[in-house]
Amino acid sequence: MKIELSVNGERKEADVWPGESLLFTLREKLGLPGSKNACEQGECGSCSVLLDEKLVCSCLVLTAQAQGHEIVTVEGIAEDDRLHRVQEAFVQTGAVQCGFCTPGLIVATVDLLAHRPEPSDDEIREALSGNLCRCTGYQKIFDAVRLAARA
Amino acid sequence: MSTPATRRKLELGRVGESVKRVDAVPKVTGEFAYSSDLFAAGMLWGHTLRSPHAHARILSIDISEAVGLAGVHAVLTHDDVPGDKRYGLEFPDQPVLAFDRVRYFGEPVALVAAEHPEQARRAAAAIKVEYEPLELVVDPELAADQPAIHPQHWTQGHGYRDDPRPNVVRDMRIERGDPDARADVSVEGYYELGIQDQAFLGPESGLAVPDGEGGVDIYVATQWLHVDRDQVAPCLNLSREQVRIHLAGVGGAFGGREDLSMQLHAAMLALHTNRPVKMVYNREESFFGHVHRHPGRIWAEHRANRDGKLVCVRMRILLDGGAYASSSTAVTSNAASFAVGPYAIENALIESTCVYTNNPPCGAMRGFGAVQTCFAAEAQMDKLAAELGMDPVELRLRNALASGDELPTGQKITGSMPVEEVIRRAAAIPVPDPEELPRDPIRLPGGAGNTTRGDGVQRGVGFAVGFKNIGYSEGFDDYTAARVRLFADTDGDLVAEIYCAAAEVGQGVTNVILQTARTELELENVMLAPGTTGEVGSAGSASASRMTWMATGAVQAACRAVRDELDRRGGGLASGDEIDLERIYRHPRTGPLEPETGQITTERAHVSFAAAAMRVVVEVDVDLGLTRVVWIGTAQDVGTAVNPQAVYGQIEGGTAQGLGLALMEEIQTRDGLITNASFTDYLIPTALDMPPVVAELVEHPEPEAPFGVKGVGEPPTVVSTAAVMSAMRAATGRELNRVPVKPDDIVFSGS
Repeated sequence: MKIELSVNGERKEADVWPGESLLFTLREKLGLPGSKNACEQGECGSCSVLLDEKLVCSCLVLTAQAQGHEIVTVEGIAEDDRLHRVQEAFVQTGAVQCGFCTPGLIVATVDLLAHRPEPSDDEIREALSGNLCRCTGYQKIFDAVRLAARA
Repeated sequence: MSTPATRRKLELGRVGESVKRVDAVPKVTGEFAYSSDLFAAGMLWGHTLRSPHAHARILSIDISEAVGLAGVHAVLTHDDVPGDKRYGLEFPDQPVLAFDRVRYFGEPVALVAAEHPEQARRAAAAIKVEYEPLELVVDPELAADQPAIHPQHWTQGHGYRDDPRPNVVRDMRIERGDPDARADVSVEGYYELGIQDQAFLGPESGLAVPDGEGGVDIYVATQWLHVDRDQVAPCLNLSREQVRIHLAGVGGAFGGREDLSMQLHAAMLALHTNRPVKMVYNREESFFGHVHRHPGRIWAEHRANRDGKLVCVRMRILLDGGAYASSSTAVTSNAASFAVGPYAIENALIESTCVYTNNPPCGAMRGFGAVQTCFAAEAQMDKLAAELGMDPVELRLRNALASGDELPTGQKITGSMPVEEVIRRAAAIPVPDPEELPRDPIRLPGGAGNTTRGDGVQRGVGFAVGFKNIGYSEGFDDYTAARVRLFADTDGDLVAEIYCAAAEVGQGVTNVILQTARTELELENVMLAPGTTGEVGSAGSASASRMTWMATGAVQAACRAVRDELDRRGGGLASGDEIDLERIYRHPRTGPLEPETGQITTERAHVSFAAAAMRVVVEVDVDLGLTRVVWIGTAQDVGTAVNPQAVYGQIEGGTAQGLGLALMEEIQTRDGLITNASFTDYLIPTALDMPPVVAELVEHPEPEAPFGVKGVGEPPTVVSTAAVMSAMRAATGRELNRVPVKPDDIVFSGS
């Protein structure tokens, strides 16, 4: 089936099968592998994208459900080749190690700061608790969110 | 022609400075290519059919239906393995594809290549395999009396203690002084650890591309490119030159990428179809795709005098190695070597045994044997402190190991070993006061579940110390190669290109290499070429906390050779000229342990050691068995921190993995079958589980290491499980001798 959707501000078309996840379409059909597949059951948040400005796990969304909707992936966060302040903060604070969780965390943090521009530490921890990171122990990720909130 | 290019003043990025990761920008924008992101024109998708049995004879494999399905290009079994039928990291005991029998749940049996991953999965499901179940060997305490899983005794004849019993991978003892020495007091304990998974976020994946001349290029996430090549080539019946392994982006490793996963399988499919083949495991398959941390059972007795001085430690360690050897023999030895902890002792008897079973195969994971024994030994030290009525920190200080002391193996510590300072520094970090009630439930055990307002919540503070070896041990010929190509760019500036096959697994070795080269060459323009077996010699493994030390040594040696050559040429290079030199670095040699007594046979069995101490505060709801870790303070012996920001990152991340083993992480099995192969059922710490971590670096340069570095990745994982459990026992008053601790242990177990 043919699906039309907007991805990072561009109109895209994809030929998908009915059971295909948005994550698979983004990665394998639309050339956007930034969203990561680490669990494929909504536990790790590595595939987080914004769907009509709502944070979702793209592995749990069927591409067919995204017909006509607006998707923003990690590839669409930077503005005009300049890093978004959230991305810049992750780089500065050392919040990236292997980086596999990073795309999902960037999108989740952008979403958090859109709703809570000055989150408390507890709010940061709760908001990011759906994004697993195995390398950092989260400390520098929290630093990054605080830095981005101040920027 | 302009004047010859010369060195410019260095602005940024020397050894010892916090430097931003060079791969951070592509990682935050999503552009960084992980092994699962690779693509090639005309590529097929590979899939693995795995055993549904933990132990069974294979009676027949029928691929006839699968090969006829739409989109399917190849279905391969053990009959199609072109060369050696078995491989292994240290012993070739593991079939490329199972033949005769399967020995663990999830063992690879057949392979499919198809145009779409779903077609490949369906074709794999259409392969008919007839099995006849065999007697299960799943209890490690019974394994040595059951029929051999491997009739060939693969690990015998390698200089280990002779043990003819079936299913014994390695049996060793360390006997020091008088193992029957008596003392004023004695405490005994039994301890148990479940199977921990590395749970790296990027599942096993990669791309194999046939080169059209019979060889193959494999792009993969791994910890050691050259050892992958050395295992893959003979099974493909190819020369080492015909197999080129290239490092693709690695989504975490932690030991779980030391062994092969899909490398051989993708290469077989690619060579068979003459098409590029990509394989990506899903999360469930990843639990079958790599070895895990050994589960263990440990019996310990500590004897000490009234003044707190340890007199004798006796310990028996039983590790379940699962179905294949992997690095089990080294883990067995490491568990024994570090069983006592960083304490000086004159009398000891440590017995350490690892057995084959039909449980999931185990091998390397961060901490490598020392995690298991640290958990037991530190619990014993707390018990001893209670028995003596002594402050637990004071007891540890009184026995702290120092440079000049001897280990139970007889090895004298010649390098830096600041255990006392590490303990004092960790103990001096101010512990936060208890928080008042009422408070937001997010800051109570049970969190957003809103399970208590503070009733039944008890606070506990615990302390632990741990240590472990840096580098490969027991006579392993361990080295790292690095190559430096120095040339003048079109602007007439000198540029250095570094070749080193050290695996960047997230730990930050890329920055370490660049910082070393910038420091040695005093050059700004330094870049690191992609890691590959094609351009440079082996770097060894990104394991055993060795990569920083070894890469630094090799890059330093190559840079110095290039610098000397540059000086010889008058200090500059004309455009078009270049200097290209490769050097190999070896750490001080180690030797084997005497098989019957576990005593050194040369000056040392281990290269160097690093210690960490940690204080943990927990709050436990003792009615519901729920835990909140409140705060962690730690000090770690790091030698010289090359990139302090990255070192803190290693400490925080390593601490989280040890916390996970203490409180939640366990692969559960029933009759050898994994029952929780998902992130829904195998829990790792989330942002809500991790408390603030206050870390201090104790920097005493290691005299024999380049720049005085030590490895930093493992000590935090070694110590944190023990430290969290010390706090858990303080909060609950219960013995809690098994990790991960479960709510029912907290509520119902004995005190």
